[in-house]
Amino acid sequence: MRPEPTARDESFDNERFDIAVIGAGVVGCAVVRRLALAGAKVVLIEKGSDILSGASKANSAILHTGFDAPPGSLELELIKAGREEYLSLGPSIGLDLVKTGALVCAWNELEAEKLDAIAAQGRENGISNLALLSGPAARATMPGLSDRLVAAIEVADEHIIDPWTAPLAYLTQAVALGAHFLRNAELIGGRFDGEWHLATTAGAVTARAVVNTAGLYGDIVDARLGFTPEFEIRPRKGQFVVLDKAAYALVPRIVLPVPTEITKGVVVCPTAFGNVLIGPTAEEQEDRVRATVETATLEGLLARGAQIVPALAGMPVTAVYAGLRPASETKAYRIFCRPEKRAVTLGGIRSTGLSAALGLAQHALKLIEGFGLSLSPASDAPELRLPNLTETCPRDWQAPDHGEIVCHCEMVTRREIEAALISPVPPGDFGGVRRRTRAGMGRCQGFYCNARLAEMTRGKLREPLAVGDEPS
Amino acid sequence: MSDADVIIVGGGPAGVAAAVELRRQGVGRVVLLEREAQLGGATRHCSHSPFGMLDFHRVYFGAAYGKRLEAEAARAGVEVRTGHSVVRLIAGGRVELATPHGVETLQARRLLIATGARETPRAARLISGDRPIGVVTTGALQSYVAFHGLMPFRRPLIVGSELVSLSAVLTCLSHGARPVAMIEPGPHPLAPAPLMWFPRAMGIPFHCGAELLDIHGASRVEDVTLRLRDGTLHKLACDGVLLTGRFTPESALLLQSAIGVDPFSAGPAIDPYGRTADPHLFAAGNLLRAVETAGWSFREGRAVGRAIAEDLARDADAGLDGDALLPVTFDPPVKLVVPGLIRRGNRAAPAFPNFQLRFARQARGRLSLVLDGREMWAQEKTWRPERRIALPIPSAAQTADRVHIGFEERT
Repeated sequence: MRPEPTARDESFDNERFDIAVIGAGVVGCAVVRRLALAGAKVVLIEKGSDILSGASKANSAILHTGFDAPPGSLELELIKAGREEYLSLGPSIGLDLVKTGALVCAWNELEAEKLDAIAAQGRENGISNLALLSGPAARATMPGLSDRLVAAIEVADEHIIDPWTAPLAYLTQAVALGAHFLRNAELIGGRFDGEWHLATTAGAVTARAVVNTAGLYGDIVDARLGFTPEFEIRPRKGQFVVLDKAAYALVPRIVLPVPTEITKGVVVCPTAFGNVLIGPTAEEQEDRVRATVETATLEGLLARGAQIVPALAGMPVTAVYAGLRPASETKAYRIFCRPEKRAVTLGGIRSTGLSAALGLAQHALKLIEGFGLSLSPASDAPELRLPNLTETCPRDWQAPDHGEIVCHCEMVTRREIEAALISPVPPGDFGGVRRRTRAGMGRCQGFYCNARLAEMTRGKLREPLAVGDEPS
Repeated sequence: MSDADVIIVGGGPAGVAAAVELRRQGVGRVVLLEREAQLGGATRHCSHSPFGMLDFHRVYFGAAYGKRLEAEAARAGVEVRTGHSVVRLIAGGRVELATPHGVETLQARRLLIATGARETPRAARLISGDRPIGVVTTGALQSYVAFHGLMPFRRPLIVGSELVSLSAVLTCLSHGARPVAMIEPGPHPLAPAPLMWFPRAMGIPFHCGAELLDIHGASRVEDVTLRLRDGTLHKLACDGVLLTGRFTPESALLLQSAIGVDPFSAGPAIDPYGRTADPHLFAAGNLLRAVETAGWSFREGRAVGRAIAEDLARDADAGLDGDALLPVTFDPPVKLVVPGLIRRGNRAAPAFPNFQLRFARQARGRLSLVLDGREMWAQEKTWRPERRIALPIPSAAQTADRVHIGFEERT
């Protein structure tokens, strides 16, 4: 068991913040950005040593249209708002996106019967760019699909994005506006007496309002803030397999199954980094921390991928991973606003957080505007551009004077890694280095570059790669 | 217009040997592309294994061997470009590469790819558990030690029992790490028996038929769960997992090209001259078949270099596209055969005198080479996995309609 966290006494910088956001997942990063743009003095409090330490580090990297979201739901509204903002914001700050489109594939008559209803729901949700295709017509748009395909719905406007640079960009923009990022700071408790006094493992924080974006710990953070929790997080594990870049040519589109009540099912899709992803599984579990991969499940995913796209059989595996989705006892987002305590909870964002994050941030701001904090919006969003890691835009290795290529599988340069280490939101752990640069993410998984990365990151990570090298 | 007569991708033993031989045979412009800053390939970080006994008649360790390769290449007039990383093979002898100054495309009359092999990492082994830091391959460990004076752990579990696994044990012991145990999932150690006494002699428990079921650790490895041969589960505290062996060809460039890879060897399929289905493209060294010694790769590179030189001399840009390619077939548990292709009509002396075989598991039985239904060679014994097996390629193979390596198991 983990020891109980203890509060550190010293006050954090003696500063008083307008708003404390708890949890630096994709939603927290988006909320901090929106609040900073609105002129709030914000602090982002994170238990882990880097952003995206929980649910947000593992997802399928799809920017959804919302075609299959519950009609009339807040989730749908926020997915659409978030997607729209992403489409306009993304390109201006270096976030590339690839319009792959998606095919919802029916592999038998029973599934094919459900397609009409899915298409009708999509249209009701305001997604007009949908087409019902016969099996052969769908395969004409993606020849690698198995000829067992009966029929499909084409959702032309689905995109794939870089799921790690997007939240990093949000927080980087917020930091440029003066937001504070407090890591290794687990919230222990909070008391409201007209303003919030928060105790964390990294010191005390005072703020006029709080936003709970704690993801897998959303219910626990609500309890620690003194609220009677109105929802319960029930972690749902998803395992993924990432195939070699050689598979990319075979999977130009997102291939979705006909969903069930419980899950959207196993997706086969290209990634913005030029790989192919198979996953996720949907496995209920108690544990909020451990997200293990399991040999038999991974083998099952590989087999499933090869059923859908037969040429994927035998394709080398580049990576495997598992993540936990912060599902709750119901499907809906669990959003609570307590104006009398100046607190907002954005909970139960189970699987559409990446798409809806910017929409959730807009929603949070709307709720906070009712708190009467009298904020004066920042004049302009600061100009910035995050380094591109996607395969569809020029990468650093293609430009001169990059120093050297450190990670050959993912073509990561020394210049990119050095820049990440001194960026406004530098990585706090090795996972953070990987997510910011892709170093070590490729097919050799560090056979060639791990030692070099250990050397380059000496003294810079909370848990160093080399032993005997722990920072004092 | 060509930028070079021959471009060689990869500056390990095979690539350098080929480059030097091409120059010795009078080929004009030979360009060797190496993505690292030094030549030597995997030998650069192997500080225990001696290299060079057969190629240079003296013994080198680690980086010194690479230095000797560099000297040989320079003396032979090979144009060596380090820090040059080929990113794409294009049919007809073209390569796209990343250089320190940006992207370039080069055209050669012939291309030789010799990118070597690497160990299979944790992800591709589909091992269960958390994904903490401290899970590395021998190559990564030796790079920690040789290049940076660092260690990724102090008390690792070692997985595997190939020759490289023993090298891993040595690296650990000589750098202050104490392996907690060594396991081999198969029923027998893969390295020859006397060598496998070494870990036990050093007090490291060694278990055959043991499986790694789970890796546990929040940020760094904390413990592992093993299932031993008798079925019992054991939780073992450790701070790392060292995955040794299970080498696989570094064939990404081919996998992403029209040539593809042989599903059995995971490297490019070649004919006995080292030539792939693309008549401009040759391959040599551990890329063909994981895994052989540096000396073996060196001699293979030299032989393929000679074959390329003869090819260039015979008919500068003769298209061989029309030549029929015959795949060599084989029975399981033979795992792979190199060369896996026969190209009808090639007449010069082949670079590969033998079919090189590996077995997927230990098997007792009769191994045979059959041309058009006629048995040319046979031997019965116990064949072990990961051991070098060589069958002479008869000249009649060149004109046969079926080349088959048969196996009848005796129980």
